[in-house]
Amino acid sequence: MKDLLKKEGTTSVLATLISIIIGLLAGSILILIVGVTDKTIGINGAWDAIRLVLMGLFNTGRTATGALAFGFNPANFGNMLFRAIPLILTGLSVALAYKTGLFNIGAAGQYLAGTWATLFVALSIPTSVVPAWIVWLLAFLAGILAGALWGAIPGLLKATLNINEVLACIMTNWIAANLVTWAFDLSKLKNVTEGTKTAYIYKTSFNNVQTAKVGLDKIFSGSQVNGGILIAIMIAVLVYIVMTRTTFGYELKACGSNRHAARYAGIKDKRSIVLSMALAGALSGAAASLYYLSGNPEFFWSTYQSLPAAGFNGIAVALLGACNPIAVIFTGMFMSMLEVIGSQITFLTKYNEFITDVIIAVIVYLSAFSLVIKMWISGRGKKKKTPKAQKSDEKKGVHA
Amino acid sequence: MSFLIRETLVYAIPLMIVALAGVFAERSGIINLALEGIMIFGAFIGALFIYEMQMHDMVALEKGAANWGTMQLFVLLTMLVAGICGLIFSMLLAFAAINLRADQTIGGTALNLLAPAVVLFFIRIIANQNDLRMYKGDAASWFMIKKSYFGLKDVSNFFVDTFLNKIYITTYVCILLFIILSIILYKTKFGLRLRSCGENPQAADSLGINVVKMRYTGVAISGFLAGMGGFVYALTTSNCVANGDVAGFGFLALAVMIFGNWKPLNIAGAALLFGLFKCTAASYSTLDIDGNGQYLLLKLSTDPVWGKILNANFYRLLPYLVSLLVLAFTSKKSRAPKAEGIPYDKGKR
Repeated sequence: MKDLLKKEGTTSVLATLISIIIGLLAGSILILIVGVTDKTIGINGAWDAIRLVLMGLFNTGRTATGALAFGFNPANFGNMLFRAIPLILTGLSVALAYKTGLFNIGAAGQYLAGTWATLFVALSIPTSVVPAWIVWLLAFLAGILAGALWGAIPGLLKATLNINEVLACIMTNWIAANLVTWAFDLSKLKNVTEGTKTAYIYKTSFNNVQTAKVGLDKIFSGSQVNGGILIAIMIAVLVYIVMTRTTFGYELKACGSNRHAARYAGIKDKRSIVLSMALAGALSGAAASLYYLSGNPEFFWSTYQSLPAAGFNGIAVALLGACNPIAVIFTGMFMSMLEVIGSQITFLTKYNEFITDVIIAVIVYLSAFSLVIKMWISGRGKKKKTPKAQKSDEKKGVHA
Repeated sequence: MSFLIRETLVYAIPLMIVALAGVFAERSGIINLALEGIMIFGAFIGALFIYEMQMHDMVALEKGAANWGTMQLFVLLTMLVAGICGLIFSMLLAFAAINLRADQTIGGTALNLLAPAVVLFFIRIIANQNDLRMYKGDAASWFMIKKSYFGLKDVSNFFVDTFLNKIYITTYVCILLFIILSIILYKTKFGLRLRSCGENPQAADSLGINVVKMRYTGVAISGFLAGMGGFVYALTTSNCVANGDVAGFGFLALAVMIFGNWKPLNIAGAALLFGLFKCTAASYSTLDIDGNGQYLLLKLSTDPVWGKILNANFYRLLPYLVSLLVLAFTSKKSRAPKAEGIPYDKGKR
C-alpha cells in the first residue's frame, strides 16, 4: 500500500476525491445554514436540497405527497452527457495549455470566436443547395479554425513580446465579446420570425443543420443528448495520445517546463508557444461548435457585457482533472452533473442553481493547493496500515 | 467639459483604487488575480448594507429631513463595511498562497469563481431575482452631492460644476486614500519593508522582517481596497445594483496596474486614460466636447461612412483594444516585483 499511495496517479485521484468531498460538504453546510436561518425554507427544505446535491442525478421529481422521489432518470443522464460536451472541450483547452506552461484564461473568448464562426457558416450556407452534413462539417471546422486563430493571438504576444498570457487572454476575451456582438449586430441572422425573441440568433436547426443523435436519444429519452459527446470523448483521447505519445506533444511540454532549455535542445520555442495556444483555442472553438450545432441552444448575441461561463468552467474542469486529458472526460461529466443538479434544485426547492457554482469554486480553490493535500495523503500512508483503507485505496487505484 | 471630467472620474476612480489594491498585493509578493472576485463581493456587501439601511427608520428619517451630510456619513460607513468584508474575503487567497504555498493564479481564479456564485446564491434568496437593487429610490437622489447643498445653486462656473456638483463623496475619499497609501508605500519604513518582501523575501527575512506577516498585510490592504472599490463601482456606475458582475473592472485594474508599472503616479494616469475610454463608450452620444451644443461623436456615428466604424460597438471595444496595444508597446519596459507569485521558502536563497 505504501507504494500505491506514493504513486503519482493514485495520490492525484485521491486528492481530487477529497477536494470533491470537501466541496460537496461546504455546499451542504451553506444550504443548512440558509435553511435554518430562513424560516420559509426550514430544516426540511434544506434536507431536500442537500439530498439533491448528493443524488440529484437520480431524482425523478416529487411524488404526490411532495416527497422527493429517486430512481433512474434517463433525461437527467442524457442532459448530463449533453452539457458535458462544451465542458470537456474547454477543459481540454485549459489542460493542454497548462501542460505546456500556459494558463489559458482566454477559453471564453475563443469559445465566442468559435460560436460566431459556427453559427455564421451553419446559417449562411443554404441547405437546399449544399447537403446538410457538409454544412455541419464546414461549420464545425470554421468554429475550430476561429478558436485557433483567436487563441493564437495571446500566444503570439507571449512568444514575441513576452506579454503575460493571462492578461492578454483577459483582454482578448473582452475584445471577442464586443466583436461578436458587433458582427451579429450587422448580420441577418437575428431571430425575427419568433415574435417575442429580441436578441437571439437563429438555432442552427432552422437551417436543418444539427448533430446526429446516433441513437443516444433512444437510450436517454427526453434529453438533448446527441453524437457530439462521442466526438468530444474522441478528441480527448486524441489529445492524450498527442501529448503523451508523440514528439510534437513532447516538444510542447518541454517548452512549457523550461523555455530556454527547450531552445537549447533545438526546439523552436516561439513556434511551440503559439501552437500551444492555437491548439487550446481550437479546442475551445470546438466546444462552442458542438454545443451550438446540436440544434437546440440559442445564442444571445448582445454579449458584450458578459463572457460565457463555459470558458471559466473549463478552468475548473481542467484543474479538477489534474490537467490529464482522460481525467478531463470524467471531471467534465462531473461538472455537467452538477449543472443538471443545479437546475433540479432551482426547480424543486427554494434554493437556486448557484449553489452548484459555489461547490465548483470551492473545489477549484482546493485544487490550488492539491500539492499540500497530496503530501498529506502520502504522509498518512507511511503511518497508517489498516487493511480496510488498503482495500478502498486499491479500488481507487484502478480508477487511476 | 465638466460632464466629461465627471464621467471620466466615475470610471477612473474604481480602476485607480483597485489597481492600487493590486500594487499592495504584488509589492508584497502575492499575485492578486482575485481583484475581480473581491470587487464583486464588495459590491454585493455594499449594496446589501445600503438596502438594509434604507429599511431602517432612522436612515429614512434623515433622508426625509434632507440631512445630506448625514447621508454622506452612511456612504462612508458602507465603504468601510464593504472594505472590511473584502479584506476578510481576500484572506482566503492569503491563506492559500502564504500558508499552503498554493498556485496563486489558480487560487485567484477560484475566488473569481467563488464570489459571483456566493453572491448570486444569496441575491436570489434575498431578492428572488438575479440582481439586488436599492430598497427604494435611486443612488443619485439618496447619496449624490449637488451644488445646491453648498448654497451655490445659481452659481455656474467650471470649478463648481465639475467638482461640487453631481458627484459622490466616494470620489474624494478614494483620491485621498490613494495619496495617503502611495506615500505610505514609498516614504515609510513599513512601505519599504513591504516592498522588500516582493523583491527579495529571503534578504528581507535575514534582516528580521517577518515575511509572512508582511505578505498577509499586503493582501489585507489589497482586499480592503478592492472590496471598497467594488462598492464604489456599484454605487457610481450602476445605481447601487449588485448582480454578481463588475464587467471585468477587476481585470482592467490589473491591466492599469501593469501599464502603471506598479507605480502610483503612473497608475493614476493610466486609470484616467481608461476612465476616459470607458466614459466615451458609456455616453458618447451625449458628449459635448467643445461646448458648442453639438454632440460630435453622435454625429459621427450616424454618418453613412464613418458610422460604420465609429459606433457604439467600437467605443465599447476600444478600452480593451488599447490595453492590448499599450501592453504590446510597454512590455519591454515593464518591471514586475521580482518575487511575485513565488511562495516564500525560508530554505531557498
